[in-house]
Amino acid sequence: MAPVIDTFRLTAEEAKGLLERGELSPGELRGAYFDAIAERDGELHCFLRTIDEAEGDGVPIALKDVISTKGVETTAGSRILSGYVPVFDATVAARVKGAGLSLLGKTNTDEFAMGSSTENSAWGPSRNPWDPSRVPGGSGGGSAAAVTAGLTPWALGSDTGGSIKQPSALCGNVGLRPTYGSVSRYGVVAFASSLDQIGPVAKRVRDVALLYSIIAGRDPLDSTTAEIPEAVRLPERDSLEGVRIGVPTELNEAEGIEPGVKESVGRAIELAEELGAEVGECSLPRSVRYGLPCYYLIAPAEASSNLARYDGVRYGPRTEGESYQEMVDRTRDDGFGDEPKRRIMLGTYALSAGYYDAFYGQAQKVRTLIIREHREAFESFDVLACPTSPTVAFPVGERAADPLAMYASDLLTIPSCLAGLPGLSIPCGLSEGLPVGLQLIGPQFGENLLFRVGHALEQALAFDTVPTRWRMGSDPTGLTPEEKS
Amino acid sequence: MSWEPVIGLEIHVHLKTRTKMFCRCPVGFGAEENTQTCPVCLAFPGALPVANRAAVEWTILLGLALDCEIAEHAVFSRKNYFYFDNPKGYQISQYDLPLCVNGNVILPTAEGDRVIGVVRAHLEEDAAKTVHVGGRTGRIRGADYSLVDFNRGGTPLVEIVTEPDIRSAEEAKRFLQLLRQTIVELGISDAEMEKGTLRVDANVSVRPEGSDELRTRTEIKNMNSFNFIARGIEAEIERQIGVWESGGEVRQETYDFDAAAGALTPHRAKEEADDYRYFPEPDLVPVEPPAELVKRLRSELPELPAARIRRLEVELDLERATVLVTGGLDRLWEAAVAEGADKLATANVIANNLVGAGVDPGAVLAAELAKLVEARERIPRAAFDEAISKLAEPGFSAEPYLAQEAVSDTAELEPIVARILEENPGQVAAYRNGKEGLLGFFVGQVMKETQGKANARVVSELVREKLAG
Repeated sequence: MAPVIDTFRLTAEEAKGLLERGELSPGELRGAYFDAIAERDGELHCFLRTIDEAEGDGVPIALKDVISTKGVETTAGSRILSGYVPVFDATVAARVKGAGLSLLGKTNTDEFAMGSSTENSAWGPSRNPWDPSRVPGGSGGGSAAAVTAGLTPWALGSDTGGSIKQPSALCGNVGLRPTYGSVSRYGVVAFASSLDQIGPVAKRVRDVALLYSIIAGRDPLDSTTAEIPEAVRLPERDSLEGVRIGVPTELNEAEGIEPGVKESVGRAIELAEELGAEVGECSLPRSVRYGLPCYYLIAPAEASSNLARYDGVRYGPRTEGESYQEMVDRTRDDGFGDEPKRRIMLGTYALSAGYYDAFYGQAQKVRTLIIREHREAFESFDVLACPTSPTVAFPVGERAADPLAMYASDLLTIPSCLAGLPGLSIPCGLSEGLPVGLQLIGPQFGENLLFRVGHALEQALAFDTVPTRWRMGSDPTGLTPEEKS
Repeated sequence: MSWEPVIGLEIHVHLKTRTKMFCRCPVGFGAEENTQTCPVCLAFPGALPVANRAAVEWTILLGLALDCEIAEHAVFSRKNYFYFDNPKGYQISQYDLPLCVNGNVILPTAEGDRVIGVVRAHLEEDAAKTVHVGGRTGRIRGADYSLVDFNRGGTPLVEIVTEPDIRSAEEAKRFLQLLRQTIVELGISDAEMEKGTLRVDANVSVRPEGSDELRTRTEIKNMNSFNFIARGIEAEIERQIGVWESGGEVRQETYDFDAAAGALTPHRAKEEADDYRYFPEPDLVPVEPPAELVKRLRSELPELPAARIRRLEVELDLERATVLVTGGLDRLWEAAVAEGADKLATANVIANNLVGAGVDPGAVLAAELAKLVEARERIPRAAFDEAISKLAEPGFSAEPYLAQEAVSDTAELEPIVARILEENPGQVAAYRNGKEGLLGFFVGQVMKETQGKANARVVSELVREKLAG
């Protein structure tokens, strides 16, 4: 008799062990996830499409729909790529396949990864497994929600200003945005080239480290990649002896951070101290003050150029017109949703003659200052800690009509993205019954350190990644006994 | 008032690297449409460029040949515009930090060396090729539809921009001949205008002689030979002088040169003002050529054409030296002269007979050529011409031709000369009235009569004697 597989709790590492020991067949394992998808994805809408027949007899995986998959439609959440079937695999897709992982499907994303809630997906929003009336975060809400809901053991996301870390925080799992240049972007639908990074999402830090070890490293097809300087180490130790954790005042005291979030993150930092870490305050004054405006000049500027290739000439849907220009205008008008249009306009403006110096040029200078400010902080500390998201998951629709409120969701993740630094979000507690994410920021190529700190805290925090409403014997209201009292 | 032309050139050169600028598709002509393509040069989502190392090195080599400073930190930038020959919606080019800057080209002239400044030489990718089908003009307006061939898209292209240092159409032509020869000898491009591997745009203005102002310039495009470039520039200079002298004002415009009509026609007007929104290409890292690389490339530079013109000028004259060097003929000349051939005669035979017969100078054995030059007056003209035309054939030997003797016997030639003069009384009268250029006509007629076997020098003397008599 086939064993009962609890996909809510099964880690990728455990699944790998079951397969290796022959206690489970690849088909049984995939079947368990397809059952879970059939049961829960109707409500959550994590997957844009599933893959019935996949190569690979290893642990299943889901990929965000910005990652090109040979022979499998890849839309980046946009109507303008509907029906587009890549003829090649993105390097990360090729690497996970090369490691034997089998693709379950492609996960939902805000259109071109532009958003913090997946509400900008042309194919409809995903839902938060903890509370389906709320967003799972974004842009990688599909991958994050799928991991938490047990629809896949792990997944890949992409992160430009927080699109891996913030959904992981809102869905209560672990997400890594790696050091810029450590993972190939080849074949990943570009949003903002100088910021985009691909990274893993899973329930446990060790799973994240394992998946990172599969995808990281120089790719001759991406000039901006480098070989990672040291091999990935799966974290084992529980102690934080000798680790210096910096707590940037501005990132922990910023306006808009919910009290419940602040409290939960504060407790996690205290716990780190109990585990032996040296904790001290530090300061990143420019990062919070200028990070968001700087990001919203650089990212749209690059996006306005990256999205120019969607012209209806070579692939994707085309709306005919009397002339080439008219065809392009109509195709793009029909194909792009509001958010890409908004950013194309912002970016085009920021790069225009006469405005370049004041906007794009100035933003690049500020970015240099933000990089320097982080470098200085790492002279005294090994890791920086702060909340991942200022708030817990917000209701679907709440910020959809207010772009600035939506942009503020990434206030705390953006600065380290601009600095090209790795960031790990781990769940550190609940606030109003919803997960809170702790963000750990490392120096360049400091992933091993992040894994070590993240793993030790994960052990100590013992956060249950299964949403309360699905826990065995849980109260149907989804509230914990402590919250009800 | 007399006017001085002020001319600057923009030259695009296709590099003949094995693969394209930013992907590994082969570069080449003649392949079936859209077969030399990949996700990168078709701009599929997520595809990324990787710079071609050979193209970068060759651009540095060219920059060194143009006496440029090689940047320690050069950057690729995106030039953004929509057009269907531009699949990414931007062309990867170089903007504020090009690979090569501040160069000079020495152009040997009869008045001494002219120095033509080079503002920059940078590396970029070519657009795809488009064909407009239907309509009358072959242009996009009025066409039924357009076809795009992405084989050419992404070919490495060097853009060279000169200072406005050129002062005549003739000088522009000479500069381009010298530049082209330099490029060809570096082995980085075939630089053939008719194939489009060398393209030239000219910026032209005029100003009163002696003034140093820069007046409004116009741009001339689509000239596909050096002669057309000279004619196009000449036509534009005259047009501008006419405009200024009639009290008008030259406006900044772009013209196409229609070679058939010898006329300038306004280039298709762009519907929008150009704002290319340049910014550094984030998908590529800056190019920082190591000093050792630049040093090695500098050491690989061959003796450049301008220097060779100056060297040969001493032994010949500027005009002949220029023709030999820019025609890629001077190596053969030097080798034949080393075999003992007369310098001037060898230069004339190479530049006139050999080139006229379409012989590949690279395949000619200098020793055989030297023998023919030495024997050119002794052997029959027909034999000489035939020998020249076969010089490049494998295993060619001059010996069978050298054994032939031209008819030099005046007794045999005199009656023929007399008959020719009798048959052409009009020309005889004209000659005697001072049209001495007709000598060649009479000699030619005699040579024709003797099927090229007569000794041309003897015939020439006979004709002159008779006509003087």
